[in-house]
Amino acid sequence: MFNVLALDIGWVTTLGIKTLIVLALVPLGALILGYTFLLKMMSHMQSRLGPMDPGGFHGWYQLVGDGIKFLQKEDIMPEQADRRVFALAPAVVVLSTFLVFVVIPAGPRIVVADLDVGVFYALAVSSLSVIGVLMAGWASANKYAVLGALRAAAQLIAYELPLVLAVVGVVIQTETMNLQGIVAFQHGGEIFGFGGLGFPLIVTQFVGFALFMVAAQAELTQPPFDMPVAESELVAGYMVEYTGFRFLFFFIGEFGTAFAFAGLAATLFLGGWAVPFVDPADNRLLWDIVGPLVLFGKVMFVAFLMFWARFTYPRLREDQLQALAWKWLIPIALINILATGVLKVAF
Amino acid sequence: MSPDAPDVVEEQPPALTEQAEEILSRLRTALGDGIVDDGGAYGGLILRVRRDAWLPAAEAGKGAGECDYLSFISAIDWMPAPALADEGSGDTSNPVQPRETTYGVTGSEGRFQVFAHLESTQRQRWGVTLKVDVDENDPRLPSWVGVYPGADWHERETWEMYGVVFDGHPSLRHLYLPHEFEGNPLRKDYPLLAREVKPWPGLVDVEPMLGDAADAAADADEASAE
Amino acid sequence: MTTTPPRELPEFDVDSTIYKHLADSQMNVELDTGDMILNIGPQHPATHGTLRLVVRLDGERVIAADPIIGYMHRGYEKLTEFRTYPQITTLINRIDWLSSFANEVPFIAGAELLMGIEAPPRALWIRTALTELSRIATFLLFLGEMGLQVGAITPAFYGFRDREYVLNLIEASTGGRFHPNFNRIGGIKDDLPWGWIADTRECMAKVLESCDTFEDLVVGNPIFEQRTRSIGIIPAELGAGYGVSGSNLRASGVDWDLRRDGNPHLPYDQLDWKVWTHPDGDSFARYWVRLQETRESARMVLQLIDGLPSGPIMAKVPRIIKVPAGEVWVNTENPLGEMGYYIVSKGATGPFRVKIRSASFSNVSILPWLLRGVYVPDVITILASLYFILGDIDR
Repeated sequence: MFNVLALDIGWVTTLGIKTLIVLALVPLGALILGYTFLLKMMSHMQSRLGPMDPGGFHGWYQLVGDGIKFLQKEDIMPEQADRRVFALAPAVVVLSTFLVFVVIPAGPRIVVADLDVGVFYALAVSSLSVIGVLMAGWASANKYAVLGALRAAAQLIAYELPLVLAVVGVVIQTETMNLQGIVAFQHGGEIFGFGGLGFPLIVTQFVGFALFMVAAQAELTQPPFDMPVAESELVAGYMVEYTGFRFLFFFIGEFGTAFAFAGLAATLFLGGWAVPFVDPADNRLLWDIVGPLVLFGKVMFVAFLMFWARFTYPRLREDQLQALAWKWLIPIALINILATGVLKVAF
Repeated sequence: MSPDAPDVVEEQPPALTEQAEEILSRLRTALGDGIVDDGGAYGGLILRVRRDAWLPAAEAGKGAGECDYLSFISAIDWMPAPALADEGSGDTSNPVQPRETTYGVTGSEGRFQVFAHLESTQRQRWGVTLKVDVDENDPRLPSWVGVYPGADWHERETWEMYGVVFDGHPSLRHLYLPHEFEGNPLRKDYPLLAREVKPWPGLVDVEPMLGDAADAAADADEASAE
Repeated sequence: MTTTPPRELPEFDVDSTIYKHLADSQMNVELDTGDMILNIGPQHPATHGTLRLVVRLDGERVIAADPIIGYMHRGYEKLTEFRTYPQITTLINRIDWLSSFANEVPFIAGAELLMGIEAPPRALWIRTALTELSRIATFLLFLGEMGLQVGAITPAFYGFRDREYVLNLIEASTGGRFHPNFNRIGGIKDDLPWGWIADTRECMAKVLESCDTFEDLVVGNPIFEQRTRSIGIIPAELGAGYGVSGSNLRASGVDWDLRRDGNPHLPYDQLDWKVWTHPDGDSFARYWVRLQETRESARMVLQLIDGLPSGPIMAKVPRIIKVPAGEVWVNTENPLGEMGYYIVSKGATGPFRVKIRSASFSNVSILPWLLRGVYVPDVITILASLYFILGDIDR
């Protein structure tokens, strides 16, 4: 990744710099998503303005101010809480977010780790958050938290399957699990002989895209799947006893993971950092700058869809939610895989 | 009662409406001599029944009377209210109740009277108020829970506020007040604690509003004319 | 989607000693049955105020529920014995604070009956208009916040925004958004301000539009239907036996509305309107009935302001009001249900006994029966659909 600058930096320093970039990127992504969609888009959809004062211009500083506020709050732990588990739980949740960011490519040479099993790795580490949620709920010594954590565990495990199966269709079609390879496939491909637009996989994998979006919504415990944090019932569910910077971790985890899943969706289905007409081999330096911007644009589009559904729908009850996953999404995903496999061999 | 002479005071309660007459005749047939007295209140029917006819009255109301809806059950304490202000003191902010004990439309034998109102959801203006006297020294009544399930909470409230015990009620416990509360607040001899703590200020000097100046002048004229 | 109990539910047998203990115990009381006791409230976003619901859960299913009320008990019936009639008008505004104008009407009508005074027609029509405006205001809040309880955040904002228009109207005419204290024995306090009728026309058009929005956004939403259909069915006869009234009973198919079927205190018979019922009796039906009633009220207000008679707004009433001896029962159709006052007067300036029959008291008394065998999220849906106000329950 650093060969572009013709610098010869040792791998330790490279690792250090990459780590710092990911550590900075996750909260930044969370911030941008939170501000744009949670504060501004939601407000405008609800015919109100949202924050306007902090920072002068349409309140862009609001979340930064919220972050600082959270950092300086008192660290309260319930008396009967399991101290170590209570403290570790938010870290585990955020850990999985960081790990997903590692594989998402933002340019032809900009990726922290270009793994050959990129897709597999991303889906695997994203399910680590379930452990964190269970830890949080149990350690809080609060019945509402336990209820929320159990609901969350059931839901997150149930929706892992549609998530993974939706992506299998993509993998079958591109014959690779390497995310850079998937981007290259979409960039270089043709739709029915028309080479101009490339071949974003959403064209054939539209079912997969829909499934991925629904399952991602559930993985993030966002409405209509937010039973675990049902505000009007459990008052934040498994997070109810968390205050201050521990709550900030959960918040960053939620929105950071939203950014990560949107990034995955953009890469797998919408063509990632590549733009159809231009060949990145021509001007690599330009693409190192434009690539991330393109990816960012696609991420914002996908996130817009996710948050739009969030503000519109009421929440599904737990058993209805499970029924949706097991009785509808998984069979549809399996049929999708079958169809993809058959069509792949046939064409 | 025409708009030209609006301050005519009604001497007697108006006659019963058709529906009230109909209900009265049905309940008379059903209860017989369980009814002690009946009266009308602005078109509505009030029936005072004997204590042993209280539960049959509920059943009759639901059956022959076709009243499927229980509005409320509560009680009245006919003991005179404590004296708050003197008549003629000019203090209009405290109501002055008569000191002698009088009873309402259908009378009462003693101090406590439990009353309930039933209505019908199938007919128009079809309802009856049932009253029963309760013995002050042994305030017990049969419970209506078997006939109207809503009586549950109303009887709990009546027990809590007046001390009337309902036999057959599944669990007569406090509804509004804490578990260990002592006393029955709505009884007339239970003081209004807010007034004990701080006496009512009475008529307080306030800035008269624009219209009030003319009214105050008229009042002064009235007072000086008396 | 029916909810069948996973095991044989015990008959709801309230053991008084256990529940006495429950009523005053700390949050984490565990009985020896292995089920979990959960305290919903008194501080909880879903309980519309300080209602405490002690539920015994088996996993996510409710086995028994016991509502504990009284956190807002202000002792109104005792207070009325120490107040004069005009002072009581101020008090009873605060029983159902979302539609406070409607609380005053039955009491004032009762006092007027006892005194033999008839309010002039203009006063009665304005009273009706303001009552219907209060109904619209409180139902708009319901339409919004039931979506919120079920999980949809957005309708709540629309409900509050549209309610602001109606509250502006109420404030313009009475001076108070929440506690108008506008009725007087013999009529109303002031005439309508200039321009109010034109503003009301605009506002009712907005209300009708807003009801269409709610219909699209909430009623048409498949998830909302899944969450509310067949949840919390109140059978009509049982509901009447418990004293459930208002839209709740009409949603169970009972065609009973005190504006049409009760004593005529307000001129509803001179308007062209209809009573809405729904046969199902579930939470969806209760939402739907209130939506239709909001529209109907808006149309009624338009008729009222078109046909408003001219004349005085107050009958001639003595300066110091002494109500002659007698008893009267007056009940009206309040937004929450049937509200009534049984006034016993002994000829003084204040009443001897006032029994306040409030609608939510009876609506909530059905909860122990209604909540058996439902899931915890459904408890919230049912509470939201019954639409009670704590001030109305506790008085």
